Parts: sequence; structure tokens; C-alpha cells
Amino acid sequence: MNAKEVLKGHKSLAEFRYELGQVEKGYTNRSLYINLSDNKVESKPVTDMMKEKFTGGKGFGLWYLWNAVRPETKWNDPENEIVISSGPLGGITQYPGSGKSLVVTISPLTGLVIDSNVGGYFGPLLKFAGWDALEVQGKAEKDVVIFIDGNEGTVKIEETPIEEKDGHQIGEMLTEMYAESEDDKRNISVVTAGSAGEHTLIGLLNFTFYDVRRKVVRLKQAGRGGIGTVFKDKNIKALVVRFRGVKGDLNHPSDISRINKAGVRLHKEICKFDDVQNKMRQIGTANIIEVMDEYDLLPVHNYKYGSHPDTYKIASNVFIEKYITQGKPDGCWYGCSLSCAKAADHFEIKTGPYRGQFVTVDGPEYENAAGLGANCGIFDPQYILESNFYCDTYGVDTISFGTITAFAMECYENGIINKEITGGLELNFGNAEAAMELLHQMSRGEGFGLIAGQGIRRMKRLFVEAYGADPKFLQDIGMEQKGLEYSEYLPKESLAQQGGYGLTNKGPQHDEAWLIFMDMVNNQIPTFEDKAEALHYFPMFRTWFGLNGLCKLPWNDIVPESNSSALEPAKIPEHVQNYVDLFNGVTGRVIDKEELIRQSERVYNFQRVFNIRMGHGKREDDKIPYRSAGPVTVEEYESRRERYDQQLIELLGYNPEGRTTEEKIAVLRRHREDQYEKLIDAVYARRGWNNNGIPKINTLEMLGIDLPEVIEAVQPYL
Amino acid sequence: MIKVNGRDFEWQEGLTVAKLLEKKRYTYPKIIVKVNERLINKQQYVSTVIYDGDDVKVIHLLAGG
Ligand code: SF4
Repeated sequence: MNAKEVLKGHKSLAEFRYELGQVEKGYTNRSLYINLSDNKVESKPVTDMMKEKFTGGKGFGLWYLWNAVRPETKWNDPENEIVISSGPLGGITQYPGSGKSLVVTISPLTGLVIDSNVGGYFGPLLKFAGWDALEVQGKAEKDVVIFIDGNEGTVKIEETPIEEKDGHQIGEMLTEMYAESEDDKRNISVVTAGSAGEHTLIGLLNFTFYDVRRKVVRLKQAGRGGIGTVFKDKNIKALVVRFRGVKGDLNHPSDISRINKAGVRLHKEICKFDDVQNKMRQIGTANIIEVMDEYDLLPVHNYKYGSHPDTYKIASNVFIEKYITQGKPDGCWYGCSLSCAKAADHFEIKTGPYRGQFVTVDGPEYENAAGLGANCGIFDPQYILESNFYCDTYGVDTISFGTITAFAMECYENGIINKEITGGLELNFGNAEAAMELLHQMSRGEGFGLIAGQGIRRMKRLFVEAYGADPKFLQDIGMEQKGLEYSEYLPKESLAQQGGYGLTNKGPQHDEAWLIFMDMVNNQIPTFEDKAEALHYFPMFRTWFGLNGLCKLPWNDIVPESNSSALEPAKIPEHVQNYVDLFNGVTGRVIDKEELIRQSERVYNFQRVFNIRMGHGKREDDKIPYRSAGPVTVEEYESRRERYDQQLIELLGYNPEGRTTEEKIAVLRRHREDQYEKLIDAVYARRGWNNNGIPKINTLEMLGIDLPEVIEAVQPYL
Repeated sequence: MIKVNGRDFEWQEGLTVAKLLEKKRYTYPKIIVKVNERLINKQQYVSTVIYDGDDVKVIHLLAGG
């Protein structure tokens, strides 16, 4: 049946009409609230307090969620919300990377707030349709589509008979369904989960945009933390926004020339330097696969090692030469000349329900190649692209899937689980076929896929309780923290990055801080205080992108000429100034680079307090699995023996001569664990938190985030 | 002995910036090289000799991820 026919089968549950209004200095000053339990739709004001304290984007999401949930709220309680918001700079077209959406919900994996920064057109189109944020609460009885028509000024909740379950199908179908013509497709963005969202806790959301050159719907992922699982639990088939008429001044910025100037500066830089720097336009983030391997940072075999002789088989040139369509720089929002979004066109699927079909696969991103490939010992580009496609369309977080599979493989090779338990899957490192089948099982809700889909934390518990596994060993090798799987960098030789993962709010995702090179290679932050300063500045600075609807990549994946003589090159000072100009140019407010950090600090501390309110957010929650800090097994130690022996001599004055590997592992471990504790002390002090990781009252006061309910949440722990 | 990013590194007769980068397997393209605080341009990597006792910085601009 064609899409328009299916639309006729939609049953209207609610229709809400609103004044279109216009964006003023980056804000529409209202949010759209929808409750699916009683089909209530209403407009809520965005207050000055919200703008001042939370800025926008993820900040707004956190504030709405805070007011929606109780400390006891679980991810699948109806009061849990999914909030999507771009931010005051979201939707500008003059500066690369300005079309992101921020999604916030209580995560099924962690029980804490998860936030995700995603491309696609939804956030900006939502804003131009009249809404700074969309807040969805409650649960529908049957599958619904929420359709926001930003030209007509209507919001509809419709029960839908659509049977398709996978992201690429629903994305295509709803674009077709709601577009008035081929030309109108670019004005549509769809948010959808996939079939695995029903059966796993690692479901993701796909955000679409229509690629007018390829004439296909492209998918961008809000991957981490199981947001797609929450979406499915609410019985949402899709969110759709339509808005016609995107142009450069729709945010009605206060001073457009300031924005234009910053934009021109960056466009010129990209044009001049991208080819000699990161080649983002050619291959996107996958350019660092071989770099990570060279520097022993690519996770291999469940983070045991940092490199592998077969990495050349999945190096970026393989994807460029064999798979990625050339000559089509891809942006995920208008005006992004860094255009790193890449796709393999006419890619033939070899397994599963779409076998034999030719599809467009977005990616691969570095994380996918590293997690699906190297970390599982699978150095096969065909597998990486195909599993990338299936992860996206089934709505499975590729990072969690990669890390979970790698963990399952190590458990399998150690005899902790066997063929009987896996239902016949031979989960040895390198077995692409078994890994692919595991993924298909997640979509079908069958077999070992159901177990793996629960995430590493729950797998560990099950393996201990049901199969008698050693809990200490699983704690050491299971690469999760706070319930979220690690992203794909090996932090063993960088204490700062161990903190970059461990001292995050949402769990070990590298988007808060990526300090490996500054620390391990450049040795720019040698002392605990230096590391703490970096673990203050960078998480705060990076948080700011999520408050404003921005992409992080144009900040440091292109570097201006001035940087070689900059005092603090890692901060890319010229680009920081661009962001100050953009914010002031759009909002008309006057901030400097210090206030920029304070804006983030407010929200960052608020999120920490949110975690505390949910019963976590303390020092014990910041512990990390030892695999992320040092060698757990003899084979790991032996593989880098020279390095570790040298460290024992130089750092500890310990003579490794004549010692067993086990003895050396134990000594090194004591040292490294002690270093991590010292790092925590330094970071907490720098962030203005007490020794248990609780923000102090004067920190909250100084930042102006000392709302009564915030103080109430921390008081019992101070 | 020389210093590379603040850490000791064995010096050898005839060492140049290019050779040092090779030895350290510093293959990443976005780097800033300074010898005793003097900025060395890419074109000079082969011709710039490193002497015993020199202080070399090879700053990788990969703020990454
Ligand atoms: S840099 Fe890449 S991810 Fe970021 S906005 Fe541009 S195209 Fe999208």
C-alpha cells in the first residue's frame, strides 16, 4: 500500500491548533507539551529563568524532566518524558554544525538522565514550526504518530496502522506520507525507533533528513542510553515535523553580520585546511581508525589491546576507495561545509530480512568501525557496513552493541558462557556471522540477543547468578560504568581519559572529555591539578554545544592557522571566540568566554544533582572497571610487557626481574587504582564538589543554580 | 638524552625532526613541532637537526572524539 493510502487509515486522537508566531533572537519562547496517556496537547511558556539558567537544548530538557519525574521514577513509568530541543543557535545556516537536536530522558540502562546530541533536521524544523522544545510524557495505548505542521499551525496525534518496524522503512514511509510533493520532502523530519527497541534496553532514535541529491531519507542517530527503548515503550511510531521555508535569518538574530563574519572565517578555514588536516569532507570521523591503531588506542578484543595487524583492512582508505560515494560532501544541516556525513550508496545487504536489497548506509563513523569491528576482532568492512545498517534500522546503539558483543566474546572464550547458553552462537572474537546473528536476534526478540540486549551490567549479574561466573573478573572486564557501555577508545595509558570516561554525568561516553592525546602523547597535563583543570574545562566547554544545538566537530576537527602560536592550542581559542560571537550575535546577550563556561557549569552541576536525586551521582558511582585502567590478564600484560615493566621501574622503583606476571599485574594495579582515586579527589575539588562528589552549596550559589529543590536534593549528603 | 614532550628520550647522532617523528611513530598529520621553544615548519622537518640535550615538543592537535 502506498503511504498516502496508509494515511487514510490513521485515526485522529487529538488535534491542537496554535498561532505560528516567530523566533526572536534564537527562541520561540514556548514549548510543546504532549501527554500520550490522555492525549493532552498544550503550549508552555519558556521563561526568562529557563533561558538564564539553562540556556536551551539539553538544559531545557533537563529542567522539564526534573519537573516531570520523582526520585523513584523508572524509565518505563508513564511520567518519564522524552524531551527534544535544539537551542538558541540551532537552525542558523551561516556557521557549520548548527542543526543539532538534544534528546533527554531517563535511561533504561542507567536509571539516570541520558542525553544525546543528534543531527537530522528535526530540532531546527521544530523551532521554526514554533517550538523551542517538545516534551512527550505518558504512554499511548496503541501505536501513534505525532505530526507537527509548522506551516498550518497544527499538532495531531494519530493512531496508525503502520506495520513496518524498522527505522529506514518508517523514515521513508512517513516522509512520503506527509510531504505534499517531491520538493516538500526536504521540509520533513521524522523521529523513529526500530524493531529492537521493543526487545532490548539499547534502543536508539533515528532522526531523518531528506537527501535531495541522492533522493533518499538519511538517518542520524541519538544512540546512547536506550532512548529508543523509551520511545517504543510509549508506543510512539514516529514524530514528524514539517516546515517549509528555511532561510538564514529565521532565528531573527540580534546582529546577523556578526554571525556571517564568524561563518565566513570558518568556511574559509575548512576550504583551505580540511584536505591537509582531517579530511572530514572525504571520509568523516572514520579518518582516525588508523591513527588510533598507530597510537595503541584502538580497542581490540574487548579493550585488551590497542592495535591489531589487520587494522589496515578497515582503515579509512578502504571505505573511501571501495564503498563511500565520492564527490558528494554531505552535511546533516544546511550550511555545514565540514560536511562529514558520509554514505555508502547501493550497498548490497547479504543477511537478514533485507538480504538482496541495495541500501544507503550512513557512515561508518569511527565509533562503528572501532566498536563493531576491531573491538570484536572483526576486520571486515562488509560486516562493519552491514551491521551498521542493521543497527541503525533496527534501532540499536552501535556503541553499546559493539562493546556488549566484545564482552560476550571474551566471556565465551573464557568458558563463562558456552554454545548451550548462546543458543548455538559461537561467539569467538572475529566471528562476524555470529555477531550478525546476535543483532538479528535483538530485532526478533529471540535467543541470546534478548540477554545481550539488556546491556553488560545486567549480563554480568546473570552470568554470576545463573552460570557461576566470578563476579570480580566480570567487573574487571565488563566495560560499562553507571550501566552504560564504554565508547570506543582505549584509556589504559591515559589517567586523564580514565577520568574523562569515569567522571561523566551520563556514563562513559567520550563526548564530555577526550583528553588522550593531551595527556598520554603530548604530556601537557602532567600533574593531578593539570588533569583536574582539563577535566573541568573540557566537559564544561563541550556541554555548551548541547545547550545551543551545535555540533562539536567544527570546533576541533578543523584547526585555524592561528592555533600554532596560541597559548592554549587544545582549546582552539579562535573558535571559542567564534562561539562567543555567535551566541551574542543571535541572542543579543553579552557573554564572554568565561560566562560561556559558566552557562555550562550551571547545567552540568544541575545534571549531577539530578543524578543524586535519582539515588546516584556519588563517588561510588564514579568507579571504573579495571580493564579501562590497566591490564587485567596475563596475556594483556605480556603483550605490552616492556612498557609495563618500564613503568614499574620508573614510577614505582619496583624491580620486575624474577617476578611472575601475576605479581607485576597486582603491583601495577595498586598503583593505577590509587592514581585514579587521587584524580577523583583533584577533579571534585576543582569542580567545587565535596569528597563524595556532591556539589557544595556555595558552588551552586556561585553559579546561580541554587534553586530550593536543588539545595534540597544535595543537603542530606553535605 | 633529549626531552620529547617532557619525557626522556635516547638521543642519537644525526637525529632530525623527521627521524624523531618516525622513531616515535608520530604519524598524525596535525602536529606542532617546537625545538627549544622554536617553531619548526613542516618543510624543515628533514633539515632540522636535533642536538643532545634539546627540548622537543610534538604537540598533537587531536582534541578528538
Ligand atoms: S560536522 Fe558533520 S555531524 Fe557536524 S553538523 Fe557538519 S555534517 Fe553534521
